[in-house]
Amino acid sequence: MRHDKGKTRRTTVSRRDVLKSAAAGAVVLGTSPFSFNIARAAGDPIKIGFPVPLTGPYGSEAKEQARCAQMAVDEFNAAGGMNGRMAELLVRDDKLKSGEAAKRAQELIENDGVHFVSGSLSASVQLAVNTICKDRGIPYVSISQSDAINEEKHFSKYTFHEAMNPHMTAGAVGRYVFPRENKRVAFLIADYAYGHEMARGFKRAGEEFGIEVVAEVKHPLATKDYSTFLPRIQAAKPDVLCLCNFGYDQMNSLKQATNFGMKERMRMVAPALLYNQRRAGGADAYSGVVGGTNFYWGIEDTVPTAKAFNDAYRKLNDGSPPSDYGAYGYAGVGGLLKAVSAAGTTDADAVVAALENLKYDLYKGQQYYRQCDHQSVQPVYIIESKDAGDQADEYDVFNVVYEETADEKMLRTCGELGHG
Amino acid sequence: MSGITPDLLALQLFTGLALGSVFVLLAVGLSLIFGLLTVVNFAHGAFYMVGAYVGVFLLGLTGNFWISLVFAPILVGTLGLAVERFLVRPLYGRGIDYPLLLTFGLGLVLVELVRILYGLEGVPFDTPPLLRGAVDIGIGYFPLYRLFLIAVTALLVLALWLFIERTSYGLIIRAGARDPEIVRVLGVDISRVWLIVFAIGTGVAGLAGILSAPMRSVIPDMGSTVLVEAFVVTVVGGMGSLIGAVVAGLLVGVVVAFTSLFWPDFSDLSMFVLMAAVLLIRPQGLFGQKGLMG
Repeated sequence: MRHDKGKTRRTTVSRRDVLKSAAAGAVVLGTSPFSFNIARAAGDPIKIGFPVPLTGPYGSEAKEQARCAQMAVDEFNAAGGMNGRMAELLVRDDKLKSGEAAKRAQELIENDGVHFVSGSLSASVQLAVNTICKDRGIPYVSISQSDAINEEKHFSKYTFHEAMNPHMTAGAVGRYVFPRENKRVAFLIADYAYGHEMARGFKRAGEEFGIEVVAEVKHPLATKDYSTFLPRIQAAKPDVLCLCNFGYDQMNSLKQATNFGMKERMRMVAPALLYNQRRAGGADAYSGVVGGTNFYWGIEDTVPTAKAFNDAYRKLNDGSPPSDYGAYGYAGVGGLLKAVSAAGTTDADAVVAALENLKYDLYKGQQYYRQCDHQSVQPVYIIESKDAGDQADEYDVFNVVYEETADEKMLRTCGELGHG
Repeated sequence: MSGITPDLLALQLFTGLALGSVFVLLAVGLSLIFGLLTVVNFAHGAFYMVGAYVGVFLLGLTGNFWISLVFAPILVGTLGLAVERFLVRPLYGRGIDYPLLLTFGLGLVLVELVRILYGLEGVPFDTPPLLRGAVDIGIGYFPLYRLFLIAVTALLVLALWLFIERTSYGLIIRAGARDPEIVRVLGVDISRVWLIVFAIGTGVAGLAGILSAPMRSVIPDMGSTVLVEAFVVTVVGGMGSLIGAVVAGLLVGVVVAFTSLFWPDFSDLSMFVLMAAVLLIRPQGLFGQKGLMG
């Protein structure tokens, strides 16, 4: 009860925040020479619905997603839109709940008349949004990790998955770590679909390197104290510990495993090492942890589009660089708008065809959607968290140690996913 | 199950006791305020969270964990002082639900304020350098920091017990809990006693907050689960019993530790099963004796 009340209170604040930043974006545009276009085409905009969990534990990531999605819209409009037709982003709070997200998506489609939907920050919530969108023939670009959305039973021609999936991230991290360490591997698994998907990705990658699974410890979602799960892992004496959990679970388990001195005896790896979580958790807990990411601002030295994205974001955000999940928002909406431009229409089927043929490099290198499941094939970056002493500034938290280039080999095969 | 050795069982038991002392630490402040004031402090988790954030603030200011450890509980206790004086006091004698609702709302306000000040995503809090790493305790490695927590909790409980049971001020507190009218007639300013008890209770919650910060993420919501854990321990031990809180905290820790080992699916449920079982057999809790500490 207490929790729900808190959330309701937050809703208004968060929504206002987003409106504020949207308004700020509009002001920036208003002063640009393109304001004329906006005014002229305002009557008939290209509408993109964007349900994300503005309230709830991942509120800051969700706001970042919305901020970056708005950047993509602003850039599209500043470049003249689609033959002068402007785009508009409609951000909604899904509260990290499937039912809420489905309701918001339905309202966006039926009341607001959106042409497309993007968004989500949860494996299960995106499936709910996907169901609504595919029933109504609205293209949906999901920007949250999931293996299930690639599978035939959830797929429709309107389903696109811009985010990486646990199979490819855990796989890429495994392929980097396993040949470099000894073979005894332990798993700490958050007991829900995403946790099990990550563990499966690691194990599949490990087959090639002959890893030996010495412990598999499951913990309930949102566990606060991990001390009771760690002795069993220590007793198994692993060389590598794979943390198959996410967000605050990852942060708490890392903090406590660090206190247990486990980093001195094993290599800790995480499929998704998040920039915001690392900054909130502190250098101490994360230092030496190896993980995967779709994006870290530090790739700007070698990737020109990352540099452009970072600079645009820094200009709007007091010099702080964008985060991984923010970048998903930018890429999901940016990719959609690119396809709209290519199609020259908002017609769903035409835009789906354009998305299928799209080759895009918005922020991290070349990407494209695989034909059978519309999974975005993209590079995965392997990063290692820095010691506090090695950081040049507060944003400098990871070393990019490896790039696994975009390749369909990272993914489960189309046949395996049930696509005929 | 494979890999269960006597050493692992022993380490698991020890881990459970250590976790239990964390539970004791979390519950003592709640138990104290309920036992002596009959106020169910629903803002307990929020005071705990404020303790962690005040710790973060002081750490940023001084760079010294030990100074923060001393002053964070004092500052939270001072906040508790003001809360008792201006918010809770007018509600005495109106039934238990009035202060309950008030503190419930206060908890929401405190969480919201911290969100505005520090944002949603949390702030870093590293383990103090002196207490980093693990030591070999014979049956396996155990974090130095958790050993330190056990010591602090033991000292705290002992100090509170001595204060309440062995000092003349403690005598007044106990008398006030049993029959405030008589104490008042005897010329004791009972409202001042309550003020101090409330401040101590919230200060202890703040202490638990800063001590938890190196282990758990420091986020505005960090108190919500703590309130639940503290309640379970308080109910199992018997509302208002200091010794009950200690025994129940350790018991809950050990139960959680062994369910985590053998039935991890039920590790977060086990404490509630324990609570239900205790309530069925002994509705007043293990050491329940209404209105009295110890």
